[in-house]
Amino acid sequence: MVKQKINMAEYILMKGNEAIAISAIRNGCDGYFGYPITPQSEVMETLMAEEPWDSTGMVVLQAESETSSINMLYGGASCGKRVMTSSSSPGISLMAEGLSYLAGAELPCLVVNVVRGGPGLGTIQPGQGDYFQACKGGGHGDYKMIVLAPNSAQEMYDFVDLGFELAFKYRNPALILSDGVIGQMMEKVELRPMKPRWTEEEIIKMSPWATTGKTPDRKQNVLTSLALDAAVHEALNHRLIEKYKQMEEEDVRFENYLCEDADHMIVAYGSMARVCENTVDLARKEGIKLGLLRPITLFPYPTKEIQRLVPQLKTIMSVELSAGQMVEDIRLAVNGKIPVNFYGRLGGIVPSPEEVLEAFKKEINK
Amino acid sequence: MKEEIIIAGFGGQGVLSMGKILAYSGIMQGQEVTWMPSYGPEMRGGTANVTVILSDKKISSPILSNFDTAIILNQQSMDKFEEQVKPGGLLIYDPNGITRHPQRKDITVCSIDAVDISAELGNSKAYNMVVLGAYLSKKKVVEHENVIKGLKKSLPERHHNLIPMNEEAIQVGMNKIVVLNTI
Repeated sequence: MVKQKINMAEYILMKGNEAIAISAIRNGCDGYFGYPITPQSEVMETLMAEEPWDSTGMVVLQAESETSSINMLYGGASCGKRVMTSSSSPGISLMAEGLSYLAGAELPCLVVNVVRGGPGLGTIQPGQGDYFQACKGGGHGDYKMIVLAPNSAQEMYDFVDLGFELAFKYRNPALILSDGVIGQMMEKVELRPMKPRWTEEEIIKMSPWATTGKTPDRKQNVLTSLALDAAVHEALNHRLIEKYKQMEEEDVRFENYLCEDADHMIVAYGSMARVCENTVDLARKEGIKLGLLRPITLFPYPTKEIQRLVPQLKTIMSVELSAGQMVEDIRLAVNGKIPVNFYGRLGGIVPSPEEVLEAFKKEINK
Repeated sequence: MKEEIIIAGFGGQGVLSMGKILAYSGIMQGQEVTWMPSYGPEMRGGTANVTVILSDKKISSPILSNFDTAIILNQQSMDKFEEQVKPGGLLIYDPNGITRHPQRKDITVCSIDAVDISAELGNSKAYNMVVLGAYLSKKKVVEHENVIKGLKKSLPERHHNLIPMNEEAIQVGMNKIVVLNTI
């Protein structure tokens, strides 16, 4: 059933998870290594059903664990290949060590986290409690990942290509931070023109750092996150910091819904941004000038956009499926100038637009 | 046009696939659509529900607390969703297994005896199509030809021989719906 999806040039009804898989095949992904976990199992299921090894030559492999799959990414990325994995919260925790190593060795790869409620084994229902893990480390050491937060099946599709593009631009892991709602929801998806996988020649040309086999005209390429010489290691750290600064300069993405005349603003990402768009419409009907800022990149964060809007705003409210994580980045941006409130639901419960509106009114009427 | 629908019943009744056919019909009509299932450790006999939204405009929230239409196929879903129908909205239910019938007077209430009807058709698997037909007779949100196109898109090609049977079930459902309360 799924197999016919690949050749149809029209809108297709797809789950967010299916869109990730189809997009990987159509965007020249060389390899997917994963391990099943709800609510993202459709990613590998779809890849296996499509059998891309016969069409594009893409490898799809079920590893024996998440730890193994992230290290397969390390190997594939070292060869300059476009490699990816997907998992959900507890599985991403298992990958944390590998992500730190990939960032330390400056290797590009794409990781998809379809977040569920936590901590621990948690619940299989949607959550956004992995914001800290995605944006503030997760693994050890001073590193950052490019974090993209899709809010539709179409963006699940589009961000695979964007994620690879940014990962290779910066030689850094990119992470798609989705959740159970976006992964499980079906919407119409437009398939963009197909991009072929890179040839070996293209990889050598575009990624001269990759371990593609030493030639007489260059020194051997060594990819490692280990530097025992303090000065060498500090230089690596500084190179990484420069890269993260460049991301903040060049690759912040966000969407601003009715913020320009707003007195109050909600900040929400992913599925909660969809819910909050309705909340804004409901508030506007009651004459409340409410707007919505949707960060699309969670790192780099749209700090400057928040700071641009602060002078006109009375309050900001962060709405998350967490106990309050992204709200800390908003507070850093606002720096005490106006009140920053928070509303969150947990345990896999997704609030309705009306519920968010009620919480918002309660805060501003305090 | 914007139609927000909840379809709720037991796993195995075809709740999710009925929603999918409706969503695909919407795409064939050029509409925006979302299909948001309840998911979890659910299986045949457990509860299953799906929210389908069809709209001329971009759809924001896929999570809703009230609906234009509720299609209710078991008692648990009746208990949960009857009160979530918007005033002036539509409730369609299968009375089979229902012990507490809908009470609301501010909404249109219809019943469709889909278990018996699909048994008479000789195919209990057409159950959800009978229900879909009943719904489409009350809300003409998608043209008939687009429903058939949606059906074709949703079914794997190897099952396309079943389309005439499904079409018939939709037709019978349209004809056999019973209106219990009008507003």
